[in-house]
Amino acid sequence: MATIKKVSAIKNSAKHLLGIQNLSILEAKKILNEAKTFIKLNRSSSKKLDLLRGKTQINLFFEPSTRTQSSFDLAGKRLGADVMSMNMANSALKKGETLIDTAMTLNAMHPDIIIIRHQDSGAPNLLSQKVNCAVINAGDGRREHPTQALLDALTIINRKGNIEGLKIAICGDILHSRVARSNIYLMNMLGAEVNVIAPKTLMPVSIDKLGVKSFTDMKKGLDGCDIVMMLRLQNERMQGSFLPSKREYYEFFGLTPEKIKYAKKDALLMHPGPMNRGVEIDTKLADDINVSLVKEQVELGVAVRMACLKLYCK
Amino acid sequence: MNEKFLTNCRIIDPSQKIDEQGNIIIDEKGKIKSIGKKVKLSDASKSAEKIDLKGNLVIPGVIDMKAFVGEPGYEYKENFRTLSQAALAGGVTSIVTMPNTKPVIDNVSMVDFIIRRGRDKAKVNLFPCASITKQTNGKQMTEFGLLKARGIIGFSDVNKTIQNTELMSRVMNYASDLDVLIMQHAEDYELSKNSCINEGEIATRLGLQGVSDIAEKIIIERDLSLLAKFPCRYHINQISTQKSLDVIKKNKSNGISFTTGVSINNLSLNENDIGEFRTFLKLSPPLRDEKNRLSLVEGLKNELIDVIVSDHIPEDEESKRLPFAQAATGSIGVETLLPLALELYHNNSLSLDKIIKCLTINPAKILKINKGTLKIGADADLCVLDLEKPWVVKPENLKSKSKNTAFENRKLQGKVKMTFLNGDLVYTD
Repeated sequence: MATIKKVSAIKNSAKHLLGIQNLSILEAKKILNEAKTFIKLNRSSSKKLDLLRGKTQINLFFEPSTRTQSSFDLAGKRLGADVMSMNMANSALKKGETLIDTAMTLNAMHPDIIIIRHQDSGAPNLLSQKVNCAVINAGDGRREHPTQALLDALTIINRKGNIEGLKIAICGDILHSRVARSNIYLMNMLGAEVNVIAPKTLMPVSIDKLGVKSFTDMKKGLDGCDIVMMLRLQNERMQGSFLPSKREYYEFFGLTPEKIKYAKKDALLMHPGPMNRGVEIDTKLADDINVSLVKEQVELGVAVRMACLKLYCK
Repeated sequence: MNEKFLTNCRIIDPSQKIDEQGNIIIDEKGKIKSIGKKVKLSDASKSAEKIDLKGNLVIPGVIDMKAFVGEPGYEYKENFRTLSQAALAGGVTSIVTMPNTKPVIDNVSMVDFIIRRGRDKAKVNLFPCASITKQTNGKQMTEFGLLKARGIIGFSDVNKTIQNTELMSRVMNYASDLDVLIMQHAEDYELSKNSCINEGEIATRLGLQGVSDIAEKIIIERDLSLLAKFPCRYHINQISTQKSLDVIKKNKSNGISFTTGVSINNLSLNENDIGEFRTFLKLSPPLRDEKNRLSLVEGLKNELIDVIVSDHIPEDEESKRLPFAQAATGSIGVETLLPLALELYHNNSLSLDKIIKCLTINPAKILKINKGTLKIGADADLCVLDLEKPWVVKPENLKSKSKNTAFENRKLQGKVKMTFLNGDLVYTD
C-alpha cells in the first residue's frame, strides 16, 4: 500500500489557495494589491493580457454556480489562459468515479491550475494532495470561499480606503455559510471588528472562538457598523426545522430601510448573491446605489480572481 | 506438549491481585499449573522446557471486546488469519467479533459458518457476537435463545443504535430471561444526522456537521431508565463524553447494574488530532475535546468504565481517500490497543494494575468466560511485555490487512515480546 501523506494541522504551502485560514496577512495583502491593478484594466476597452498565455486553467464545479464560475472563466481568459470549464453534474462522477480518480485523470492532462467548487468541506484540500498543479478553492461545503472574502475586502477598501478599524456585521445563515467563515477570518486578519447576527438555530457552535461577537438582535448587532453583509437564506432550509417561516425570518432578520438605520449613517450594504428579495433583504434597499455595493462586488470579483490566477499559476 | 517453565519475569494479574517477581509453570494441557514467587524449577517436571523471560512483564492475554473481522463479505479488508496475526502481535488472545459482516450474523447458520471458519483459520480465541436486530436494521430482534445455544457470546448492532424505544424495552425484557449480554452503541440518530465529527470549534472551522454530546447521553439515559424496569446484562460499548459519565455515575449509585466500555481511540486522541481532514481519525463515537478525554481517564479510575476496547475497524484505502464527510468511519486498533493503553501508565494517568484489569479480568467477567486470569487451572493465555521498549507505529509494519491506523507515526513505549495461547508460544517479536 502506498503510504498515506500526513497532513499537518491548518497549515499549507503557498502553492494552493485553499482557504483564508491558510493565508498569512502578507499573502492576503499581496493578492489585494495585485487585484487593484486589474480594476482599471477591466474597465478599459482592451481587457486582454497575455500573462498566462500557454497556461491551462480547469474549472471543476461540482455544485451549480453562476457568478463564481463565470468570474473565474472571464478572469482566466482576460489573462490569456486556456480555460476549460467542466460541468461535473454530468460527469463520470455519476458513474461512480471518485474525486481522486477525477483528479488523477485531469492531472494527466497537465493543467497549470484547477479551480474547484465542491459540496463537501475539505474536498479542495484532498484534491491539492493529489495533483501537481495549483488548486484554488471556489467554495467547499460550508468551510471556505476565499476568493469571495477577498473580493469583499477589495470592495470595502475601494470604498472606505481601509479595513482596519471598521466594524462589520455579517447577518443571516451563518451556520451553512462558507462566505461567512472566510469573511470572518479575513476581516479579522485585516483589523476589522466583526459581529455576526443570526437566529440561534443558524449560528454555529463556538463561533465566538473565531473572534467575533454574536447577536440574535439586529438592533444590537448592527449598532455602529460600517458594513452590513447580508447572506443568502437557502430557501430549502425554510421548510425544515431551522426556522418557522419566511415571514418570521424577514420580520426579525430581513434587512429593511428601517433596520439599516441601526448601523452607521454611511453604512454600506453587501451581499454575495444570489439574493432572495423580500426574504433576507428589502428589494428597494438592494437596488439603492447609494447604499448597495452588490454590483461592485461582482465587478471586483473578476479583478480578485485575476490576481489569484496570476499569483498561484506558476 | 511438554511442560513449560517461565522464569525471570514480573507477573501482574489483577484477578489474583498479584504483582511480583516469580515463575510460571504451564502443564502439558496448556493450563497454568503454578504461578508466583514461591514457584521453583524443581516444581516442574524434568522434561519441562525452560524459557527465560529476561525480566519482562507477564500479564494475562488481553481480551478485546470489539473488533471487526472481514469474514464473511469483506475479506479484502480483513480475514481471520490477518486479524489473529495482528491480535497476537498486540498481546490480544481473545477477541469478541462484531456481526456487521455481509451477510450479517443474525441467524443460526451464519453462526455455524463463522465458528467453523474461525476455528480453522484463526489462532486466537474467538467469541462471536450476533446482531440484536435482523440486518442490524433496528426493527426485528434476532433469535437470542437459539443463537446463544449455538455459541454466541453477546448481541450488538455494532455502531448502530436501536432508536425505537419500544423495541429496546422488549429487547431488554426478553434478554433478561435468557441471561444474554446486550451491547449498545449510544447515539441518537436525529441529533447525529449527517454528522462526522464532534460539535464545537473544530467542526465550525472545518465546516463539518458536528454531533453534540447530548446524542450519546440521551440514549444512555433512555436505556438506563428501561433497564431499571427490565434488568438484563446490559453493556454500553463506547462512552465518549463527560455527560454520559455523569448519567452513569448517578445510575450506578442508584443501584442499577450494567457495564461500560471505552475505545482506546477516545482515550488516546482528541478532536485536535484530526488536523486538516485526516479521515483516518473519522471515528464513531467521534473524538471529543481534551476535557472529555480526561474525563474518560477519570471514569476508568472511578470504575465508571469497566473495559477498554480497540474498536478495530479495518477499511481499505479507497473508502478513506474521500472528502471527510464521505469517508468511511473507523480505525484499525487490535495490534496497538495494549501499547496505547500503556501510554496511560507512562504518562501517569492510570496505574498499571488498573489498565491490565480493564483489558483482562473485567471483560472476562462481563462476557462470563474463564479467561483474563492466570489462576491455577486457567488456560495459559499470556502476554510477555517489555514495558519500556520504545517503538514507532508504522502502518506498513502492522499485521492487519488494512492499514487505516489513526496512530501513524505515534511514538509508543512498551512492546509485546511474546504471546502464549493455551500454553503454546504463538508470537515472538
